[in-house]
Amino acid sequence: MGSIWEYANPKKFITTTDRLLPWVSALALVALVGGLVWGFFFTPDDYKQGSTVKIIYLHVPSALMAINAWMMMLVASLIWIVRRHHVSALAARAAAPVGAVMTLIALITGAIWGQPMWGTWWEWDPRLTSFLILFLFYLGYMALWAAIEDDDTAADLTSILCLVGSVFALLSRYAVNFWNQGLHQGASLSMDKEENVADVFYYPLLVSIAGFILLFIALVFLRTQTEIRARRMRALLARERMK
Amino acid sequence: MIALLTRDLRLAVRAGGGFGLGLAFFLIVVVLVPFGVGPESGLLSKIAPGILWLGALLACLLSLDRIFALDWEDGSLDLLATAPLPMEAIVSIKALAHWITTGLPLVLAAPVFGLLLNLPDAGYVPLVISLLLGTPALSVIGTFGAALTVGLKRGGLLLSLLVLPLYVPTLIFGAEMARRSIEGLDATTPLLMLAGITCGTIALLPFASAAVLRVNLR
Amino acid sequence: MPDLGKYAEAVLSSYVLSILLVVALVAVSIRRARKMKNALEEVEKRGKSNG
Repeated sequence: MGSIWEYANPKKFITTTDRLLPWVSALALVALVGGLVWGFFFTPDDYKQGSTVKIIYLHVPSALMAINAWMMMLVASLIWIVRRHHVSALAARAAAPVGAVMTLIALITGAIWGQPMWGTWWEWDPRLTSFLILFLFYLGYMALWAAIEDDDTAADLTSILCLVGSVFALLSRYAVNFWNQGLHQGASLSMDKEENVADVFYYPLLVSIAGFILLFIALVFLRTQTEIRARRMRALLARERMK
Repeated sequence: MIALLTRDLRLAVRAGGGFGLGLAFFLIVVVLVPFGVGPESGLLSKIAPGILWLGALLACLLSLDRIFALDWEDGSLDLLATAPLPMEAIVSIKALAHWITTGLPLVLAAPVFGLLLNLPDAGYVPLVISLLLGTPALSVIGTFGAALTVGLKRGGLLLSLLVLPLYVPTLIFGAEMARRSIEGLDATTPLLMLAGITCGTIALLPFASAAVLRVNLR
Repeated sequence: MPDLGKYAEAVLSSYVLSILLVVALVAVSIRRARKMKNALEEVEKRGKSNG
């Protein structure tokens, strides 16, 4: 077992993840199905929220992964800038669509949950708003990747965008917090349910979160492999044309 | 440096795009809003600061792709890159030129357009201050976006997609400051935050823009 | 099937939509992975046979 940087070698990455992928995927499936089935069928209704509390097993994990995926992209971008390992840049690229889908799930479940609870599909609640902005950041990041033909240029530009975007995403988070309190004098609609959920809801939630994390890892492994292969193929095709 | 600035300014004036187009766009946005929401003056005066900020922001966005596009096409950007001037300085000058040709006219025009939207009397001074503080940040952030998309053929739409999320904090604090002042609330916090964002972006973002530009010129 | 009460629509629709999204994402990822793997193998084989 050498240093962690050995896995920056694309071949090594593919062989290692090939070995890990079935295990991670199986675990992800078990945890996801387990957590969601447990949550959906075997937990009681909340006395205030009724059965809508069951949405928590989708909403909280996806929201968590939406942020963590961006964090992972940020770290991967930094590694690319500092050490210039191609796998790192490609992993960031691979993670972006996953993060975007997670953000979308969080937004959709949030809206569906908000409809019966708050009486409106969309409330300009600071958290909802920040997630919408995060979604826009994901879109911009993916669009920039797609728009640039040269791989290294694209990796450089998107990683810088990711860094700058992270700072602005954080700023927006605070700005949005400030902005809505300015309108509503303190949020009357708190979404902080995870702070006071009872044990009955807590354990299936944990399993479900673990499932989402594993799912994310499995997807990033798989998609990074695809990106590595796509890059290699472009290089090979370019070499063929040179002949 | 000054030579570059005057050159950029002269080009913008001669092309007629800088001053005229942004302002005309701003005017059109302001004129269209009452058509959209109805002519009721109470409603208009309530949303006036937000509309004026949004109009200024969009007008700013409109002219962003011109910052580097012309220099990129005729190759003078490559010449600039080999000049003794550091890339960070070039980027800052470009942003400054963009602000003088686009941001400053918008700030000066905003009070006049405020009349059209029935802006409350208490709103004029805060609005101008907030725009004066905020538009430089818009130009600097926009320069970053323009540097990102400079080599792309159809960069315009992508540029908006990249830049608009970055504009969120500036817009929020700028519009919030004007709105709070009108309602007689304390506007110090948004004012300070807005000034902080502008100073921070002016100080730090040129490094990112310069790095991006170097990658694109490689 | 648990009794979901009057919120059945909300709960069910959020589960269905989320699961659909996740399944779609996984399916797209797997399909692309397979396609790319095959395409790359082909190109590599071609490269070897041509020297």
